[in-house]
Amino acid sequence: MNGTDRDRFRNLRATLRLWGETLMALGRSPGAVIGGVLFGLIIATSLFFPWVYAQDPLAQDLLARLAPPFWQEGGSLAHPLGTDNLGRDVLVRILYGSRVSLMVGFASVLVACGAGIALGLISGYYGGRADSLIMRVADVFMAYPFMLLTISVIAVLGNSILNLILVLGLSDWVTYARTIRGSVLSIKEKEFVLAARSAGTRHHTILLRHVFPNVLSPILVLGTVRVANIIIWESGLSFLGMGVPPPMPTWGRMLAEGRVYIMDSWWLVTLPGLAIMLTILSINLLGDGLRDALDPRLRNIPR
Amino acid sequence: MGRYLLKRLWHTVYVVVGISIISFFFIHLSGDPVMLMLPPDASIAEVETLREQLGFNDPIYVQYWRFASRAVQGDLGSSLYFRVPAVDLILERLPASLELAGAAMLIALVVSIPLGIISAVKRGSLWDVSSMLGALFGLSMPHFWLGIMLILLFSVTLGWLPTSGRGSLAHLVMPSLALGLSLMAMFARLTRSVMLEVLSQDYVRTARAKGLKERLVIGKHALKNALIPLVTVAGMQFGFLIGGTVIIETVFAWPGVGRLVVQAIFSRDYPLVQATVLVLAVLFVLVNLLTDLVYLYLDPQISYLERK
Repeated sequence: MNGTDRDRFRNLRATLRLWGETLMALGRSPGAVIGGVLFGLIIATSLFFPWVYAQDPLAQDLLARLAPPFWQEGGSLAHPLGTDNLGRDVLVRILYGSRVSLMVGFASVLVACGAGIALGLISGYYGGRADSLIMRVADVFMAYPFMLLTISVIAVLGNSILNLILVLGLSDWVTYARTIRGSVLSIKEKEFVLAARSAGTRHHTILLRHVFPNVLSPILVLGTVRVANIIIWESGLSFLGMGVPPPMPTWGRMLAEGRVYIMDSWWLVTLPGLAIMLTILSINLLGDGLRDALDPRLRNIPR
Repeated sequence: MGRYLLKRLWHTVYVVVGISIISFFFIHLSGDPVMLMLPPDASIAEVETLREQLGFNDPIYVQYWRFASRAVQGDLGSSLYFRVPAVDLILERLPASLELAGAAMLIALVVSIPLGIISAVKRGSLWDVSSMLGALFGLSMPHFWLGIMLILLFSVTLGWLPTSGRGSLAHLVMPSLALGLSLMAMFARLTRSVMLEVLSQDYVRTARAKGLKERLVIGKHALKNALIPLVTVAGMQFGFLIGGTVIIETVFAWPGVGRLVVQAIFSRDYPLVQATVLVLAVLFVLVNLLTDLVYLYLDPQISYLERK
């Protein structure tokens, strides 16, 4: 084992210890535990439900149109959460909807993170003209209300799942870029960065090895919160008919379609919304816990 | 302070220019309006003539300049569907949206600030825990779903409130509550955490040590300082309100700008979409400017140049 290898090993051990401590801190917060378990369950359900509940989300049971959930009179276990106006099974549609929401949520946050991290690192580390250009553009994006930006792009490009992910992701890079830039500005004056620099380390190596790992925790906290926000916006866009196009079932569109039958079929407007709320609640609980565990200074970050 | 104001104004100007560039870009992306104006069997020569007449063959910066100079004069193009100037349509609908957004903001602030203060003062009490739990639920509900649930409860089941439309105060209750609840939750959490921070400051301890009544300590010394971040966040949330009205107005058939823009999207009325987006975005920028001025008034000690 030569010197660099030993250094690497030590680094890895320090990193692992840090993550261990974070996990311990998370474990001490009951909210974070509940949120984490719940969110884990939701993800697992959305991945594995076809093995347990193999129904076709598009199959129409026209004899059982608008059937109520099983515990109500007229409901049956054939459709545990009832059916919609075309006799489609509500439970399986909610389950498929969870896949759409989670996928759009995670993918958009990844897009936003990627763009935001890259621009934030450049802006904060190199400063100068690149910095002022990026921050000017960020100002303009900040001033453009998020919903309007996404709506106007979707209106022009048309709605597809890819467009949705790109639009939601690219409208959301600013928050990440700003957070990263702020952290980088303080980190780049720290001794370990200056030391690396005076040892002749190249800029991009410093950025990747020394600066980037130190800005990860605010990004993790921010990313968690933003997944929740994106899921809410996605369901809103779907509700307006500008989200993922049919026939893919989404929570937002289920609510939009069910609204017509609000007078008699309460389950159509209630259950998909409950699914959204549970998902967001679990993410928010987890996010609060992460924030307290990783960085108490972020406690005042508004959402 | 004068320099700060100047800087702030310059910031506003370039943001508005940036927004206008994005808007212009969208109009361009949305396709060739000439094709929409001419009958489908028009010859290529006819298309070219009209393109030339309307200036679509000019370089793009010339076209942008024309768009911008018209926009400055209040001409944002005409709606393809209604065949009237877009600005007229927007101005006609704007009061309804502002009423809704204002009511939502008012409800949110009036409820959340006392809630947050009591929670901070009685930290760890049953009140604190339950209201923060409530706030967490409030944050986790999409507002359009909350709107539907309110309709289900108050209109369908109880029959107390009208389901849709605008007019009396009763019409305003559900839409503004649906729009305002998540803000309320957010402000309550923020007020609580800011108050907790302020209450641990030296000047609060001094005020208490002087023997001031607790009510005065909290109402005068603590609250005034806690209000500063609240004002900033409230101003920034105006953007959220604008986005929110788009959906809430659709749920409650509220005759505002949000519903106008949704209808415009579905009738492929791109000039109207872009004009609305431009107007709302500029409005948002102006509200942010106003927020900063209020901020300046609340906290004259802060040297903005140093903070930048």
